[in-house]
Amino acid sequence: MRTDDLLPVAPAVREIPRHGDMRVPVRFTGGDQLLADMDEKVREQILNVSRLPGIVGCACCMPDAHWGYGFPIGGVAAFDAEEGGVLSVGGVGFDISCGVRLYHTGLTEAQVQPAKEVLADDLFRAVPSGVGSEGKIHLEIEGIEEVLREGARWAVAQGYGPEAELEFVEENGRIAGADPAMVSHVAKRRQRAEMGTLGSGNHYLEVQVVERIEDEPAARAYGIRVGDVVVMIHCGSRALGHQIGTDYLVTLAEAAKRHGIPYPDRELACAPIRSPEGQRYYAAVCCGVNCALANRQVIGGLVRQVLERRFPGSNPRLIYDVSHNTCKLEEHKVDGRTRLLHVHRKGATRAWGPGHPGLVPRYREVGQPVFIGGTMGTRSWILRGTSLAEERSFSSTCHGAGRAMSRHEAMRRWTASEVRQDLAARGITLRAASKRGVVEEAPGAYKDVESVVDGAHVAGISAKVARLRPIACVKG
Amino acid sequence: MEARTFDHGADIGVLGEGRTIGEAFAGAARAMFSVIVDLKGVVPRESVAISCEATDKELLLVRWLNALLAEADLRGTVFCEFEVRLREGGLDGTARGEPFERGRHVPGVEVKGATLTELRVAREGGLWRAQTVVDV
Repeated sequence: MRTDDLLPVAPAVREIPRHGDMRVPVRFTGGDQLLADMDEKVREQILNVSRLPGIVGCACCMPDAHWGYGFPIGGVAAFDAEEGGVLSVGGVGFDISCGVRLYHTGLTEAQVQPAKEVLADDLFRAVPSGVGSEGKIHLEIEGIEEVLREGARWAVAQGYGPEAELEFVEENGRIAGADPAMVSHVAKRRQRAEMGTLGSGNHYLEVQVVERIEDEPAARAYGIRVGDVVVMIHCGSRALGHQIGTDYLVTLAEAAKRHGIPYPDRELACAPIRSPEGQRYYAAVCCGVNCALANRQVIGGLVRQVLERRFPGSNPRLIYDVSHNTCKLEEHKVDGRTRLLHVHRKGATRAWGPGHPGLVPRYREVGQPVFIGGTMGTRSWILRGTSLAEERSFSSTCHGAGRAMSRHEAMRRWTASEVRQDLAARGITLRAASKRGVVEEAPGAYKDVESVVDGAHVAGISAKVARLRPIACVKG
Repeated sequence: MEARTFDHGADIGVLGEGRTIGEAFAGAARAMFSVIVDLKGVVPRESVAISCEATDKELLLVRWLNALLAEADLRGTVFCEFEVRLREGGLDGTARGEPFERGRHVPGVEVKGATLTELRVAREGGLWRAQTVVDV
């Protein structure tokens, strides 16, 4: 990506000042090399976002940004309804509220290593994954509508995890504003057998070991020590979220024309927040968020059952659950005043800093946990939110390693057995539903997660807490 | 009729070519299902009729591909053959395939949806080409 006109504003933070038809500046976070290696499309897309009506503050790019749909993946933007702000399907994506949930297993590596292979088998059997998979829960439309209203609370009521877990889930497990009437019948029907399924692509369930602690006070608050074993779950709102995305993509693309929005790229597919289409889309997105929170809660419950059966007395504990594909109504201070804004995070994680009133008391002094998935062969990270992120990125940070290579290129370079052997050599057990999926998600197809995390840390939008080493991975 | 996939940074492009827009749309659909399953093992035993509307032919391609994904998901089916007839404001199509069976079919990856990225429906060198990127 061209970087010669970016002005440095802080270490690992650079801006394109507002000019021409931009309504706000564009802000990039990440080191020089990461920015230079980004696709030119990232710059083009975030500049387009900066031209949308009602955008405030700045249009932000996270260190893991790559070419997306309208918005770059790793794009953050906030809109004020009072200034004609818009909602964009491109700013949320098709996998609404895709996110990461992390459990402490209550076990150490010494306890888990001898049983790693059978644990991987157990998890692969317990959590359906891949093309055509169905969960054990089959719901009628009324049941789906309850999921959409209640989120993770619905799953807890069905026996998937204790109620005490809910305060460790974003929005306490249920976002306000969901209206199932704004979700199509097709979307609801598609979800009837998909609760508690992992999906495919870059979704996974991974057993990891805490390898290194970088921030002792935060690690103490999160209850992790070197050698502890955690389980990371990455997935989203499944077919229901995908259908909401596809239903509203064309609807909002057509609405933008009708509302005379001078938007520079049809992929942004947007409508004014206060238009009927915008209102319907937001209520549907909230349904998608609740569906994803419920789905991860069910999977969490299944993982908990596996751990308790395989390791009696293990007592798993939820560390946190946070999404990275959302649009949420939040308060932020912009231009010296607190405003209610619709914050789009496409491939970006909300990251509240210490003292944020929304934080669960246990984490209030250190900030919100943020989980950065690496690849199935490389490390993942636990970060924490910072106060600086509120100033710099609407309390947002990166979400993962980010792809560096196309799926085709990965297919040309490796075979499934090569990837499997490579992982085995690194001490990582793999269970996967699709050989093609294994190759496309080969560790070499992703950016170096270390440089992404370094970029976020130096930019001050989150801080390193602990590094995690995978020992077993379940893929769709 | 030609069906193939093409490179995109994080996801996959699907492309169909043919003498008519209908053939190009059918090709794009076949390319999309080749991402989900190895089509060599899929038999066109069952047939489904699908109709959709949009304000222009590019958005119509997106609606067509997304309607196919929804139908396949609802039926637990994978499709391998397609026919499309364009009409004023929309299309009437047919998709043929069979129920997905683990063990018999070779799975690829789920497709979440057809996007507006690299979306193009145009006539080039005497052939219609229909393409877009699908989110996986």
